Order: sequence, then structure tokens, then C-alpha cells
Amino acid sequence: MPDAKLPEQELIEELEQVYDTDYQVGQDNVERYGLDMHNPVFFVSAGLIVLFVLTSLVFPDEAKVGLEATKAWIQVVFDGLLLSAGNVFLVFCLALIVLPVGNIRIGGDDATPDFSLLSWFAMLFAAGIGIGLMFWGVAEPAGYYTDWYGTPLDIDGFTDESRRAALGATLFHWGMHPWAIYAVVALSLAFFAYNKGLPLTIRSCFYPLLGDRVWGPIGNLIDILAVLATVFGLATSLGFGAQQAAAGLGFLFGVEGGLSTQLIIIASVTGLALISVLRGIDGGVKLLSNINMTMALLLMLFVIVAGSLVSFGANLVETVRGYAQYLIPLSNPFGREDDIFYHEWTIFYWAWWISWSPFVGMFIARVSRGRTVRQFLTAVLIVPTLVTSFWMAAFGGSGIDQIEAGVGALADGITDDALVLFQMLENLPLASITSMLGICLVLVFFVTSSDSGSLVIDSITSGGKTDAPVTQRVFWATTQGVIAAVLLSLGGSAALDALQAGAVSTGLPFTFVLLLMCVSLTMGLRHERRLNLAIERI
Amino acid sequence: MYSKIMVPVELDHTDRIERTLKVAADLAKIYSSTVVYVAIHGKVPNPVARTPEKFAAELDMFAREQGERFGIQTSALPIASNDPAAEIDARLIEAVRRSKADLVVMASHVPGVADTLHLIGSHAAKLVRQLDISVFVVR
Repeated sequence: MPDAKLPEQELIEELEQVYDTDYQVGQDNVERYGLDMHNPVFFVSAGLIVLFVLTSLVFPDEAKVGLEATKAWIQVVFDGLLLSAGNVFLVFCLALIVLPVGNIRIGGDDATPDFSLLSWFAMLFAAGIGIGLMFWGVAEPAGYYTDWYGTPLDIDGFTDESRRAALGATLFHWGMHPWAIYAVVALSLAFFAYNKGLPLTIRSCFYPLLGDRVWGPIGNLIDILAVLATVFGLATSLGFGAQQAAAGLGFLFGVEGGLSTQLIIIASVTGLALISVLRGIDGGVKLLSNINMTMALLLMLFVIVAGSLVSFGANLVETVRGYAQYLIPLSNPFGREDDIFYHEWTIFYWAWWISWSPFVGMFIARVSRGRTVRQFLTAVLIVPTLVTSFWMAAFGGSGIDQIEAGVGALADGITDDALVLFQMLENLPLASITSMLGICLVLVFFVTSSDSGSLVIDSITSGGKTDAPVTQRVFWATTQGVIAAVLLSLGGSAALDALQAGAVSTGLPFTFVLLLMCVSLTMGLRHERRLNLAIERI
Repeated sequence: MYSKIMVPVELDHTDRIERTLKVAADLAKIYSSTVVYVAIHGKVPNPVARTPEKFAAELDMFAREQGERFGIQTSALPIASNDPAAEIDARLIEAVRRSKADLVVMASHVPGVADTLHLIGSHAAKLVRQLDISVFVVR
């Protein structure tokens, strides 16, 4: 019977049909004036951006009150949900590492990685977390230690226990949990694009659940929400970052840190991001990420050596012990009494990470082809957590050491969180050089965020195409700079606060999106494994 | 005079370069040269194919069809890029080197907003400037 099919062949055909969508990448796109844009995602996103910016400029105080109340409501009412969801994402990722589906390779069995391991790690940090490490590396542990604004589990400040809790809690906020959130999005996007051939946009992750309906209004809604969260998250960060960098320059060199300095900083960051965007991933964001990682490691080594190697060792032990000791109590949503720490720090961070996950996750997905699920998750969860524990032990540990020894400005308490890093560096040798290096690092991290953000927004708004004309990336990078500049000049901090609260509030809908993503990814991975096993049997 | 003619193609827009394809085929007949069709592609799913392997197969098929249509020798050279939109000029120059082409026949694209704003120059202009072989730009 030459025509008879083996049962495996039938199974393979049946399995392949599941993802056999008629949808073609870019079929809803409008191509005009040399541009290539998804209709309606591009147009609705652009329209809503203009609308939100105008509203926050015309009614800055009302917008601030309204959006901040929304954010506060989410932080209080959905606290348990956000914290539990974070735990679910971490457990989910750890489970995928040990389960057999961990063998699945992103991009198929023959795919090879597009980037070296070092460049890949550098890009992981460059997209979303680098600026935060610079800004909070000293301020957060020092803040907990001195009870500046709440302490983890209400442990009394200025004690040995509070040192350990401060370092451990900071690592909790920057360690495996945020990376698990990013990993869920990144792995889903990478898997459905590279293995299942679906367009590289957020909606594709829901194909197993929704089928061809993802190409309709539900998908449009998810994609538009992701664009808005990314644009406003990046633009407001850029605005606040410009204020902080200007304050830093004022503190260090006595430069007038007013609006004109802030606008010059925004223009420079945006200009550099444009050059980087036009040079492409390899010549732009990869190069800058490698430079930044080298500079950051040098700065960290300097802080370790110039402070004290012995106290760094002790602080590293405390950081790791603190993380191990407080991981469970800090991830527990029940019966929490450390109200300020729990709501204003942990839950805020969780909403923030989740609202940034479409951006950071999609960028990580873009550069992660060719690695197995197991390699990917191990690397994304473990390596950044290790690097961050060294970082916090070096920077946070030095800050706490200085406070304990009564040295320098930090000993008098935290006055301006933007200056804490520089106040710590001031008590080490070569302060002017290291502070300058610190400012450069912050600015280049802004450039890499703006650059990678533009790549991501461009991909979503062009229906998953990565070869849409570069003019569109230029448009998105410029838009972020213009929004930041306009908000700062016309609306001041109130307008920035308002839109940032709005961006963080998208963390709530995205929590549900991410939880569904876990279900969908499980279905996709099981399907891939069944397919691979059937092919192996033939 | 020319042994290998390189023709850059966008597989989802081959209808727009009909004249270019004809010119290249005519030249190939005159000089008995091989036409190599080059396409730069990303690794994420695109309108042409859902995987890089299928993209290569599509280009191969296109080259064979052109060969039969014009009665010329053809071949295909897909070039993968991490960021096709930004790297297209660099990859095209790489393609000239890899294909050992001694003539490029290419279409000038329809000028869009970016050209009016002088943001981005034409790919053809960049190739003319950077290559030492002849470049035939079909308008």
C-alpha cells in the first residue's frame, strides 16, 4: 500500500494544521509615502498618544490626580493579585527549566544564536533595567537601612538585621521575579514567532487560545495597549531621567540644572538614539550595550576595590543570605503589615515591571533566536540575578557602610534620591571621574532604552514586520523625545507624574495578559514537543 | 563583458521591478551571463515566508522561474540579517562580494516621505558610491 500514510505522518499533518493560519504578516498594513504601517494599530496608537499628551498638558493637575488615583487604587486593591502573579511567573519559568519542554530550541533544532553570550547579556540589561540599577543601586538599600520610606517587613533601621534585609529586599525587587516577568513575555514572543511562524507582535502569543480571532479587535487592543505603555513608560522615564541627570550635573559641576539643561539632555539622548536606530541592531544597540556593560563593570570593580574588598565580601554574603532568608516572607501576599514597603515599593515595582514587559520582553525575544528554552530561562533568570547581587553588594553595601561609619552626606540621611549615587562616590577616590562615568552610563542606558523601545514599537505598529522602513523607527524615537520635552516644558513634573502613573497602571491589564500568556505558551510548547516526538519517530 | 549580474529583489514586491527583471535578462542574453537574484531577509516571519528556510526556498523558486521565463542561467542568494531595514546597504555590498557579481542591475525605489526629508538616501546611490563594479539603476 504505497499511498497509505503512517499514523505518525497523519499526526504530524494534524498537528501542523493547528498553526496553519491564513493570516499573512503585514496583510492589514497600509503602504503609502514609503511607509508601512498596521491599520488600525499605528493610527489609533498615534492618535491616543496625542490625545493623552494634550489632556495632560491642558489639565495637568486633574490628569495627575485622576491617573495617580488609578495607580494607587491598583496598588491597594490588586496588591495580592500582582504579588501572586509575580510568584506564578517565577514558578512557571522554573518549571519550564526542569520539564522536558526545556529541550525545545527557539527557531527550530537547526537554529544557531545570532549574538554571542556576552553581547546578549549586555543587551538584556540595556533594554530595561540598566538605568534602574544606576539610580537605585545605592539609594534603595540605603533607603531601607535608614528607614527613609518604609523598611522591608518593618524591620527596625540601622541594625545588622536591617542591613541584611535591605540588601536582600533590594535583590528581591531586582532579581528573579522581574526577570521571570520579562522571561514569560520574551519566551512567548520568541517561541510563537520563531517556532510557529506567527508575526512578532504581542497578539501572536494568544493564537493557541483565540485562533484567528487574534488578528481582529482583541489583538488590536492588546497591541495598542502595549504601544501606549511602552511609549509613555519610555517618554516619562526620559523626562525624569533628564531632570535627574541635570540635577547630577548641577551637584557635580555647579551647572545650572534648569529646563534648558534638561532639554539639551533630552535632545542629546534622542539624537544618539536616532543614530543608533539608523545603524541597526548590530551597529547600534549591540555596540552601545557592550560599551555600557564594560563601563558598568569597570565602575563596579572600582567601587569594590576603592571601598574595601573585605567589606564587599561581607556585603555579598549578607545580600545572598538576605535574599534567601526573606524571599518567601517578601513574596507572601497574606497578612502583610509593612504597608509602606509592601505597597509603595514591592507592588509599585511589580506593576512597573509588568507594564514594561511588552517592551523589554519583545526586545529580548528579538535577540534570543537559537537558544533552547532551558538555556534561555536559566540565563535570563540566573545570570542577571547574580550580576545584580554583586552590584547591590558593591553599591548598596558601600552606601550602608558609609552611613554606618558616619562618613559623607549620606550619613545625614537621604535628601534627594537622584543624588545618592554621587554622594556615595564622593567619599571614594577620583570622585569627579567616577561621577562623570556614572552620568555617562545613565545617559547611554537611556539611549539604548529609547533605541530598543523604538524597534519594539515599530515592530508592533507595523504588524510584526522587522523590515519596515527605518523612517518609522526614527518617528518613534523622535516621538519619545518630543513627548518628554513637551511635558517638561509645558506641563512640568505634574504632567510627567500623570502619564507615568498612567503607564504603570497598564500593569494591571497586562497582569491578566501575562497570566493568559503562561497558559497559551504551555499549550504551544506541548504542541511543539508532540510534533518533535512524532517527527523523531519517523 | 559581464559574467555575473546581481539583481536585488524584494520577493513581496516583484511586480514593481518588472522592467528591472527584463533589463537584467536582456543583458544576460547579450553577454551570456548568469543572473543571481539576491534578497535580504530578517529571521522573524515576514510576508514572504514564515521561516528563513522557507524564504530561501521561495527565492530559489523565483530564480528558477525567471530562468525558464527568459531562457537564461539563474541562481539565488538569500542573505539573512538581524536587522534588514537598517542593514540593507551593507548586506547588498556583502552580496556582491559573495556572489562575485561584476554588474548590479537594480530598481530605484519609489521616493517616499523619507527621501523628501533627506533622511535616508537611496540604496542605489550608496551602492554606486561604495562599489567598484558597474551599477545599472532602472527607473
